[in-house]
Amino acid sequence: MLDSSEGYVTEDGRKIGGVVMEMKNITLRFGGVVAIKDISFDIREGEIRAIIGPNGAGKSSMLNVISGFYVPQEGEVWFHGSKRPQMRPFEVAQQGIARTFQNIALFEGMSVLDNVMTGRLGFMKTNIIQQALWKGKAEAEETENREAVEKIIDFLEIQHIRKTPVSRLPYGLKKRVELARALAAEPKLLLLDEPMAGMNVEEKEDMSRFILDVNDEFGTTIALIEHDMGVVMDLSDRVVVMDYGRKIGDGTPDEVRNNQEVIDAYLGVSHD
Amino acid sequence: MFYREAGDFKVSYVDDSQTFPIKFDRYRYYVVLAVAFGIIPFIINDYWANALLLPFLIYAIAAIGLNILVGYCGQVSLGTGGFMAVGAYACYKLMTAFPDVSMFIHVILAGGITALVGVLFGLPSLRIKGFYLAVATLAAQFFLVWLFNRVPWFYNYSASGQINAPEREVFGIIITGPNAPAWATYLFCLIFLTVCAVIARNLTRGTTGRKWMAIRDMDIAAEIIGVNPLRAKLTAFAVSSFFVGVSGALFFAVYLGAVEVGEVFGIQKSFLVLFMIIIGGLGSIFGSFAGAAFLVLLPVVLKVVGADMLGWPTDIVAHLNLVIVGGLIIMFLILEPHGLAQLWRVAKEKLRLWPFPH
Repeated sequence: MLDSSEGYVTEDGRKIGGVVMEMKNITLRFGGVVAIKDISFDIREGEIRAIIGPNGAGKSSMLNVISGFYVPQEGEVWFHGSKRPQMRPFEVAQQGIARTFQNIALFEGMSVLDNVMTGRLGFMKTNIIQQALWKGKAEAEETENREAVEKIIDFLEIQHIRKTPVSRLPYGLKKRVELARALAAEPKLLLLDEPMAGMNVEEKEDMSRFILDVNDEFGTTIALIEHDMGVVMDLSDRVVVMDYGRKIGDGTPDEVRNNQEVIDAYLGVSHD
Repeated sequence: MFYREAGDFKVSYVDDSQTFPIKFDRYRYYVVLAVAFGIIPFIINDYWANALLLPFLIYAIAAIGLNILVGYCGQVSLGTGGFMAVGAYACYKLMTAFPDVSMFIHVILAGGITALVGVLFGLPSLRIKGFYLAVATLAAQFFLVWLFNRVPWFYNYSASGQINAPEREVFGIIITGPNAPAWATYLFCLIFLTVCAVIARNLTRGTTGRKWMAIRDMDIAAEIIGVNPLRAKLTAFAVSSFFVGVSGALFFAVYLGAVEVGEVFGIQKSFLVLFMIIIGGLGSIFGSFAGAAFLVLLPVVLKVVGADMLGWPTDIVAHLNLVIVGGLIIMFLILEPHGLAQLWRVAKEKLRLWPFPH
């Protein structure tokens, strides 16, 4: 197991830093249903961390806890060395946590460019009067952020659909636009909820490449949920395995692959 | 043939994000401004001003205001008439209390007061959405009209319960009252409409507008990427009510001159402005203009064609107007929810390729 507080070096030689986010004994209940039961794990700087598990294991709930959408009944969320007080989702976003959604949550009535620009909200400092006047501060700010957004649009190769309304795009491109919107926020921690769900092999390959490139070029810390085991094992540095709201495994892909409990959870065990 | 962006290259993001990126559009916009400011004031007469131009200008401001709230931020409001009444009564109180202050300032202040009232009635929008919010704003509509009817302070204890606009000047030119010349009232309203439209456009193309649209399209996702929903909704209510208040003030002070609140600013007014933006196009500044123009023109055209030329009885013509408007609303809601603005957009897209569509 990797528990040195100084970080570690991955197989392909990337240096992983200290702990960015730490979940301590998180328990989340919906009425009588226990969605997450006493789970602790950490996410380190520069790492690609996967959360996997069978259906209903509580993976998405976990992501929703990290992004502040659900408030756990017990446990603490530590972000950058300090305990996070209870806050609204938009405040969590302002702290530097961006995410994508399992079912695409783009703003359908807006163009791709506008969608990605909404990701830059945290960088917009002008007030409403300055924006009403437009000339001057607001225009300068808009241009500055547009440049940053265009870099991401270039990076994700969606230049040709910049001005297209999102509602006209096919599924795979929508997923990519959603990634662009999350990246535009220049997040310290990027959460991807099933980035490859419903994609064909080619689209999955593209998406995997983008995820690796994002991690590589921007040094973004990524936590992702994914069902495609091949993808998860290839992409991630460390994996948390959940089943019925419990953590049943945590470690490098190889460690997890050989963990008997994980194998049981995925393949099932006979109870006789 | 002329209408295309080919060869019209942009080399900076500023050029690319301007309101009319296509040259042809830009020139057409300048021509419209030049005609509106430079030619119409010289040929205008009382009939044109009162029957067409003033109501169009004033309703266009109200429609832009409501469109910001409903079309851009997705918060349905049926309280437009009530908020217009707030603008009108605020303007009346200001005009009578400070007779020497310029009307420009009165109208802007009336808008500001309406914005505050709008924010107050916008507070429930954080908790309730859609149909239920519409009902809450409906309550605002009835409460405000009731308030202005019942509390004599608002109409300065006049015996009739009406408010009458006293004569006021801007730079020595009479703007309100029966002696105001048509061109002056027209220009006064036109200036407000132009400024309001530019402000609305600037807000909706920038960060604020994107926040509003994010809330409209998917409020939960908007919150998770960092939009403060309360603030976004309340700014929409404030800006929208500001415009609606300005239009109410102009409607009373410049256009009608005398107002009985229940009759002028009743629920019918709320629906009229809502119909304007539905027919014109939700989420479009141009749509607000188109809708206002359409609903102001329709009764006049019907009267001229039906009653004057064909000799139909006037009551039939008046009812025909209602039938046509009702039919159009249903048609637009089913066939083209984005209204005339979307039809115009489609026409432009077709025009770009014309005459070789393949």
